[in-house]
Amino acid sequence: MTRIESTFAQLAKEEKKAFVAYIMAGDPDVDTSLELMRGLPEAGVDVIELGLPFTDPMADGPTIQAAGQRALEGGMTLDRTLQMVRDFREGDDSTPIVLMGYYNPIYSRGVDRFLEQAKAAGIDGLIIVDLPPEEDDELCIPAQKAGLNFIRLATPTTDDKRLPRVLQNTSGFVYYVSITGITGSAAAEAGDVAPEVARIKAATDLPVIVGFGIRTRDSAQAIAGVADGCVVGSAIVGDLASGKPVEEVLGFVRALAEGAHAA
Amino acid sequence: MDDLVNSFMTGPDEQGRFGIYGGRFVSETLMPLILELQEQYERAKTDQSFWDEMDYLWKHYVGRPSPLYHAERLSERLGGAKIYMKRDELNHTGAHKINNVLGQIILARRMGKTRIIAETGAGQHGVATATVCAKFGLKCVVYMGAHDVERQQPNVFRMKLLGAEVVPVTSGRGTLKDAMNDALRDWVTNVRDTFYCIGTVAGPHPYPAMVRDFQSIIGKETREQMEEAEGRLPDTIIAAIGGGSNAMGLFYPFLDDKEVSIIGVEAGGKGVNDKMEHCASLTGGRPGVLHGNRTYLLQDDDGQILEGFSISAGLDYPGIGPEHSWLHDTGRAQYVSITDAEALEAFQLCCETEGIIPALEPSHALAHVMKIAPQLPADHIICMNMCGRGDKDIYTVAKHLGADMTGTEGREMD
Repeated sequence: MTRIESTFAQLAKEEKKAFVAYIMAGDPDVDTSLELMRGLPEAGVDVIELGLPFTDPMADGPTIQAAGQRALEGGMTLDRTLQMVRDFREGDDSTPIVLMGYYNPIYSRGVDRFLEQAKAAGIDGLIIVDLPPEEDDELCIPAQKAGLNFIRLATPTTDDKRLPRVLQNTSGFVYYVSITGITGSAAAEAGDVAPEVARIKAATDLPVIVGFGIRTRDSAQAIAGVADGCVVGSAIVGDLASGKPVEEVLGFVRALAEGAHAA
Repeated sequence: MDDLVNSFMTGPDEQGRFGIYGGRFVSETLMPLILELQEQYERAKTDQSFWDEMDYLWKHYVGRPSPLYHAERLSERLGGAKIYMKRDELNHTGAHKINNVLGQIILARRMGKTRIIAETGAGQHGVATATVCAKFGLKCVVYMGAHDVERQQPNVFRMKLLGAEVVPVTSGRGTLKDAMNDALRDWVTNVRDTFYCIGTVAGPHPYPAMVRDFQSIIGKETREQMEEAEGRLPDTIIAAIGGGSNAMGLFYPFLDDKEVSIIGVEAGGKGVNDKMEHCASLTGGRPGVLHGNRTYLLQDDDGQILEGFSISAGLDYPGIGPEHSWLHDTGRAQYVSITDAEALEAFQLCCETEGIIPALEPSHALAHVMKIAPQLPADHIICMNMCGRGDKDIYTVAKHLGADMTGTEGREMD
């Protein structure tokens, strides 16, 4: 069982919703993002999504793109991202870490070498935005063999015909993208999301976590209420980018987590 | 059967691959759209009424077939091979781009899409898209890097005149690749009514094959016209490559003619060097994944994409169509690079000897012709693709040649 699977098993036992937080590795610098990452579990984060910066994040909105650019300008690399995970693991061996990003930095490293290094560093799962099921042989299948979860996005355009294919090689959890659009866009409505989550849950036993468009404690609560949990990314990344100290950002994260956990 | 197996014209496979290149590296939101597009394109491809409509518009709206022209004075001046130009710069809107745009927009209409988006670098694809959208009364949004908006003002104004909305892209570094990112972001957001009209033989499957098929009219006509003029096929065909659509269009119908040598010319900028002051993906890059396909890319050791550099905004892209990557690896086509300075020299020679002002993109192809033609015998036939006219480039060229055109801006626009 990976850390992701045991965390969701535990949450299910406690009948608690999951709160997943996304931050960008190396934004605005390694020290700050590591400090933020270290504070997330205590602020109530159940699963950490760690963004791997990429020059061309075509599914992300301006907030995440700017964060990736700041990280890259600050010298962030795949090696430093893995080092950041190792540093985090020194003090926390239980919080699941999902690396989220795009395929090219991984392909450039070499899939086998990357998987070995990621696993050794303490990464539990991957969300690679530009690898749909049609490209499963690239990384999804090798990752599962290496003992990492490969978490897939399901979207409003994933119809019933396609859903089984999307779920086929998915593990850990299913990330339901609540809107057609990019990260940080318009808010999702719980009323619209509920039937979609039900549709996916009818086809899989995996937990369904909803992301995109959640920015406040109330919406975290509303969305988590109709799913197994929710993800917040752009709102947290934007809060940090506004110049707030890490402590204050963690306060915002705590409020979001409370919202999700109150659902 | 053996012939089929050995053919270079059977790609892509069912996964949209040319060898290891190509594929469908897109987010899940776009995946169903791409599958639908593929299905609709396959249907249209075998539907005679689709091609009848294309043929009619190619003839009466674009002005095809474009002439095949024997560049006599240029051949004489270079003193070697016999040089022909495929005159796609005479198309409506001044470049080869419209060949493909017509196909995609007719397809979009068949699919019931009402809003067309496009990315553009030099502005030629944007102008072609805006043009065809105006003709059919479709809403058109063109994404263009803020840097390119600045250096291609005449084309920006043309697009606006044609009723398109031009969105300057400031995300990333504000160049063609960022314009493509933003177009993809738009598409992800407006999936139901929007058709993404990609301007080159790149992107997720089926775009590379579809754009190639539409551009192949260039090579098909060239074969017929060459047979008519010379009674045989050319010995060498040459075209410039950014993403590589004009080149793929010329090359494709010749891929199985083993006696025809095929040369693609990349933009060498200031020279293919470690500082990456060029756009030569094949000469100076390595395979990676960007914008939906695996292909040769300009990238650093960590897989981060680098900005290309070229005097020509139309070649300023860090990738190349996946079929070119495959033709490069298999050795069926040869790829070389030409610097800004060499392209400028070819630009001037073409003006002087032939009375044709070429775009900076085909000037790269012409510069390579200048290099090889003098060493070849008089019965060696070269055909280069004159894929665009140079009116859009005169300000850039003037600047590089030190001519002062202050105060004339606007009056020189055609």
